[in-house]
Amino acid sequence: MPILNKPIIFDRNNFGNGFEKGIKGRPIDIVLEIRESGLKGRGGAGFPTGTKWMLAATAVSPKKYVICNADEGEPGTFKDRLLLTEYTDELLQGMILCGYAIGAKEGYIYLRGEYEYMLSHINGVINKFHEEGKLGKGIFGKNFDFDISVRLGSGAYVCGEESALIESLEGHRGEPRNRPPYPVNTGYMGYPTVVNNVETLVSVPIIINKGAEWFRNIGTEKSRGTKLLSISGDVERPGIYEVPFGTKIIDMLEMVRAKDTKAVQIGGASGICIPEEELHRNLSFEDVPTGGSIIVFNKSRDMLKILKNFMEFFTEESCGQCTPCRVGNKKLLDGVNMIEQGKCSVKYLRELIDLGRTMQVSSKCGLGQSSPNPFITIMTHFGDEILAEHY
Amino acid sequence: MLASEVSALNEEIQELVQTLGNGRQALMPILQHIQRKHGYISAHAQQEVARLLKIHPVEVDGVVTFYAFFRKGRRAKYNIRLCQTISCDLMNKDGIAKTFERELGIKFGEVTKDEKYSLEFISCLGMCDQGPAMLINNEVYTNLTPRKVVDILNSLK
Repeated sequence: MPILNKPIIFDRNNFGNGFEKGIKGRPIDIVLEIRESGLKGRGGAGFPTGTKWMLAATAVSPKKYVICNADEGEPGTFKDRLLLTEYTDELLQGMILCGYAIGAKEGYIYLRGEYEYMLSHINGVINKFHEEGKLGKGIFGKNFDFDISVRLGSGAYVCGEESALIESLEGHRGEPRNRPPYPVNTGYMGYPTVVNNVETLVSVPIIINKGAEWFRNIGTEKSRGTKLLSISGDVERPGIYEVPFGTKIIDMLEMVRAKDTKAVQIGGASGICIPEEELHRNLSFEDVPTGGSIIVFNKSRDMLKILKNFMEFFTEESCGQCTPCRVGNKKLLDGVNMIEQGKCSVKYLRELIDLGRTMQVSSKCGLGQSSPNPFITIMTHFGDEILAEHY
Repeated sequence: MLASEVSALNEEIQELVQTLGNGRQALMPILQHIQRKHGYISAHAQQEVARLLKIHPVEVDGVVTFYAFFRKGRRAKYNIRLCQTISCDLMNKDGIAKTFERELGIKFGEVTKDEKYSLEFISCLGMCDQGPAMLINNEVYTNLTPRKVVDILNSLK
């Protein structure tokens, strides 16, 4: 399963000898190059990767860790499936470069339980790296040891949140921690830890090979580079695409041959719903950010049914630790059911939207803070249509 | 459980602890091994893991009940888990679910009397471009149609 359009950054020719070049140079040069490139975390939150690495590199600690977040669980996202199976070498290279840059000796790939079938492939590549001297002791003759192992999740969406992921790695329930302290300060086993998305790490050997300047020239001023998109729903050609940041939603729809589009859910269940009138907006951290999930709905779709699916998802996946998320999502789902049965007053609907806003500011982690997004955006844009049918 | 089964299980868990370690961070991998081999993690297995890791059994129970893939009760030979998330839902997940219920004579959340099949819903599998998708044990099936479902069921022994 390849990238369906012509790859830009993820073109195979761009990897060159970035890996070797990085390891043969100084660790700090890798950090500076990544910082200079403007690369931001591809999981969706968009924290500058270079800054994260700099914080970890300058931390004084007997141990540090690199974690690859391969717990791709956002509904509608599947681009890491491609990277984990077909860019495995480059992913490991990115992790090793990160380890070298920050001074870590161990790395983990936290692979979602649903992707267990990839385990033997990834372990095979890790073994190959050991045989080739790219993992283990004295990599490339340098005084640098690094090892990577894969750990599996067991079916919990919340473990994609970095502090929940660390809890899970440590053998606990995947309940997010309070942040700060952030993992780069107090991470796995209490040591400084860099947690990066698969796509972020795969970008690293490319940036080292092609240079920060080259990378900066792609995308927009605040969102450098490209984004891998996982596109599904009512389109003729679903699949994985690579587009530069700043691409207009409407152009993307044309690329995948979407017809009669009513709305596009960008960023998965925790993302926002973009109606037809806003399709000229663009994909970037400054306009419509996304971890890569694009779900297209055509005019035949019932938006309330879609919203119900999202709310059922969050009710199921909330870890239950904090009240706004545990109770709030249930209340929003109850509200959707009331609307469906024609029992919801407009006054109560407004209260629910207010509740959603409260959840956005009072939930402990990203799950609860973003779970009301579809409720608020679908009700804002399609509230009249929904009420006309169900009031 | 028979006494011989208990001692076999104890031995197996001891071996797992020897290879994976007795630190708390080994808990998930140990439980994943037991789940994979037996299809469930019995109360006895939980007790034994807790004893060897020197943690309270309720800590183990807390972890087992938190993660969707761990289960405490016996599982059917073929655990069918259909993705219920949005993209698969748009591609007629409901129709597929009905086919399963008709063919197996049980509802989602139930197990057939011969303990051969169980039906469950699962959250997004990451197969959104090839929906509807499902897992049977750890095997992924995509682009399901009612016809395909019947063929797959016939191929399972």
